[in-house]
Amino acid sequence: MNIYGQITTNRRSTWLVVIIFVIFFLFIGFGFDYFYGAGYKAPIFTAIAIILATVASLGSYLYGDKFILSSTHAVGLDLNDPKEAQWRNVIEEMSIAAGIPVPRTYVIDDPDPNAFATGRDPKHASIAVTKGLLDTLDRDELQAVAAHEMSHIKNFDIRLMLMVAVMVGSVALLADWASRGLFRRDRRSGGSGKGEGAIALVALVIWLIAVMLAPILSQIIAMLVSRKREYLADASGAELTRNPMALASALKKISSRVEPTRSISQGTAHLCIIDPKGVSVNSKEGRVADLFATHPPIRKRVEALEQMAYIK
Amino acid sequence: MLLLIILVLGLVTALWVMLSYNSLISLKNQTLNGWKQIDVQLKRRHDLIPNLVESVKGVMKFEQTTLTQVIEARNKAISAQGIAEKAAQENVLSGALRQLFALVENYPNLKSNENVAKLQEELVTTENRIGFARQFYNDIATQFNIAQQRFPTNIVAKTFRFKISELFEITDAKDREVPKVDLNLK
Repeated sequence: MNIYGQITTNRRSTWLVVIIFVIFFLFIGFGFDYFYGAGYKAPIFTAIAIILATVASLGSYLYGDKFILSSTHAVGLDLNDPKEAQWRNVIEEMSIAAGIPVPRTYVIDDPDPNAFATGRDPKHASIAVTKGLLDTLDRDELQAVAAHEMSHIKNFDIRLMLMVAVMVGSVALLADWASRGLFRRDRRSGGSGKGEGAIALVALVIWLIAVMLAPILSQIIAMLVSRKREYLADASGAELTRNPMALASALKKISSRVEPTRSISQGTAHLCIIDPKGVSVNSKEGRVADLFATHPPIRKRVEALEQMAYIK
Repeated sequence: MLLLIILVLGLVTALWVMLSYNSLISLKNQTLNGWKQIDVQLKRRHDLIPNLVESVKGVMKFEQTTLTQVIEARNKAISAQGIAEKAAQENVLSGALRQLFALVENYPNLKSNENVAKLQEELVTTENRIGFARQFYNDIATQFNIAQQRFPTNIVAKTFRFKISELFEITDAKDREVPKVDLNLK
């Protein structure tokens, strides 16, 4: 599929996944209120779960970028260094192509090549890059990485992943409450007569199974969304540079370096260009590894880029 | 009852018209802004060139002809009048800069000089910025044109007389040719 096809497909499938996730969350939430609370017409617990998870994420929304940048010891660019000046130019060129303001730029003193973008919208965005990345890549490849990160900002991926995190958090809260209240359940709203009772029991069993699986399921769904947005960022970035093979070349160069990026913690993994855990995660394939990865395997990303360049 | 239905339908239609019109207005202004941004990058190039040439004059003593060509082309581009002539002179300037850029590429001892390396990066980024500004203009103009032609927004577009934007185009056929670079010492 070419660039436009991939962009459209990735956007649509993201929304499909999010809608399914919302329905799943509402099933858990309203089920909780039906079996343990005042019924689904007064979904107190659902509301409380959402509010708590939102408050917990509010800090991340407002101050997340400052926190991540300080935890990685990111510093501003030294424009006297030719590579850093080149990076700055490449970022400014991509801002022109994307039509968004120039994000704040930082560099991290880590020999392992990686980059990440953070910030709740294009006006409050930052991009950080490791010294290893600047040393490894040439100008076109740096531009491709810049385009990928700018696309995350332009597509509001940070905001989307935050909303997904809120839902994952809410589901986790509800699952936790359900497991505590399991043996105290003594009321059931509505339902008179044996027929109703049997259906309600089946519904309860289904719901309990869903609750037990919920934490894992919601993690899987969140990672699915993260991977789709990575493919989308690759395609959007290629739309900006009109040079998909530059990103393919950059990904190959980055992935051939073995060490994990120690300065970037796992919580911020989904913001990076490749998984900071290192080569082992990025090249491993197979169902289980794929399910929990924040990023698609490099080989599949390169294949998608080659399709955009009409090579396959 | 019937009156209520008609009222609701009328309101929904009015709302749809308003939303479509507003989104077309946003795209129209973004397209205009995109066009003006190209001029911003062209002006940046005009302002940059005298300093760049000064900073490498000493090192590139052999290349006086090329350096002079660049300055002359830049002056002509500034004084050009009218869209067609401006575009033509900017193309000439791009050509002169390409010559300079290619020269630097082929002299290894020039490349290792720090000032020349900076010049090279500045030339590359300047030309890239102009290119990306034009690319962005084409992208946003295409988005605007698509919005005007898609159903049902096209009804609103025609009613309020929105115009299809022209995409940025090469007007000089010579620009489509691969540039020839003369590397003789002059």
